[in-house]
Amino acid sequence: MTPIDFVVSLALISVAAGVLGSLIGLGGGVVIVPVLTLLYHVDIRLAIGASIVSVIATSSGAAAAYVRERMTNLRAGMFLELATTTGALSGAYLTTLLPTRFLFAFFGLVLAYSSFATFRRRHYAEPLTVSNDRLANYFNLHGSYYDPAEQREISYKVVGTKPGLALMYLAGLVSALLGIGSGALKVPAMDSAMHLPMKVSSATSNFMIGVTAAASAGVYFIRGQIDPIIAAPVAIGVLVGATFGARLLGRVKSRTIRLVFVVVLVVISLEMLQKGFFP
Amino acid sequence: MTDMQEPAGRPQPLLHGTQAPSPVPPPAPTTEQSPLSGRRRQLSPEEAAIMEAKIRRTEVAISLVLRIGVIVSVLIITVGLVVMFAHHSAYLPITGGTSYHNLTSPTTPFPHSFTALGHSIAAGEGQGIIVLGVMILVLTPVIRVAVGVLAFLNEKDVPMALVTFIVLVVLVGSFFLAQG
Repeated sequence: MTPIDFVVSLALISVAAGVLGSLIGLGGGVVIVPVLTLLYHVDIRLAIGASIVSVIATSSGAAAAYVRERMTNLRAGMFLELATTTGALSGAYLTTLLPTRFLFAFFGLVLAYSSFATFRRRHYAEPLTVSNDRLANYFNLHGSYYDPAEQREISYKVVGTKPGLALMYLAGLVSALLGIGSGALKVPAMDSAMHLPMKVSSATSNFMIGVTAAASAGVYFIRGQIDPIIAAPVAIGVLVGATFGARLLGRVKSRTIRLVFVVVLVVISLEMLQKGFFP
Repeated sequence: MTDMQEPAGRPQPLLHGTQAPSPVPPPAPTTEQSPLSGRRRQLSPEEAAIMEAKIRRTEVAISLVLRIGVIVSVLIITVGLVVMFAHHSAYLPITGGTSYHNLTSPTTPFPHSFTALGHSIAAGEGQGIIVLGVMILVLTPVIRVAVGVLAFLNEKDVPMALVTFIVLVVLVGSFFLAQG
């Protein structure tokens, strides 16, 4: 395979990664890392560098549309970024302290539980109408969005800000420690703990993952993990895909988004459990 | 249906609307705490309308920043790719020739410090231009957070502006810590 074949084929796969990543709020890394390591036999360190680029590309590409359509809860997203960025920063310094195997096993279990919790909520279609959460009321994190699939405006209230913040800290930590997209924990945190509607959880996670990834991108650049010939097709492909994905989210049913998310989360957690228990 | 129903699609103006009318007389207006603990002062309808417009402006501004960042970085990365293939005609054949493995191994040389990046761009290398485009992509969320601080200040929402400012400090700090 020559460089031009590599660039063109990787860009096409990245389009698919961008569509999926923007729909379920995980970013393109979920697809990019396995594709690069298993299909193209690229070194895992360079694959993780490309994954960071793809996460930022999905985030900015899709969020431009989600924010304008008010699918993203801007205030909740920016509020929770407090926890994700500090988590990402502390994670960058804990990398050498904790054994990776233990981390994979631990987060594999956390994600397995998260996927179960997300799946269990599939019948809860109606959002909350009251909230006694002090933080959510003080910062006015509640919101509403127009759902094109249901053709109506949906107002919702936010609860569980404290467990939400704790999970977001963990999400930032895990993305810095293991290089996985932090969306895998962000969506369940917003959906299960904070009771945001599924589409809003996905769009807000999408909005936030770019900032979390940007917090560790500097480290990856200095360590030489961002290879331009990999990053270029990934960035362009994912941006194109995320633009399409962002048009799709509104039209698809919340339930479908939830089920696709659960399937992807189960795959990720199995992958992590395997790395933790049978490396 | 005899009871008045809120038309769907209208945001609830006040959160108090969710309280069910109770048969017992309402408590005297003493220091009774609102059921919405932690909520700040209620806005009058006119204030709420102005607020709505400001929030809308914030959304449009943030969306615009993201869009510009994305478009600029895609253009620069594309230019970088074109320059790279123009300089290295050996990369272009569809079969045979060089393998991509030479360019994607851990020993592949490419700029990964700011000085090396500067030299690479000055020399007109495609790789350097691509990395510059990727940098702009990475900086887009950071600029988005900075715009968020300004937007919340414009909404006169000091707590949110403060939260966003702390996020910005942590983000910028992470870039400097990465260097050291």
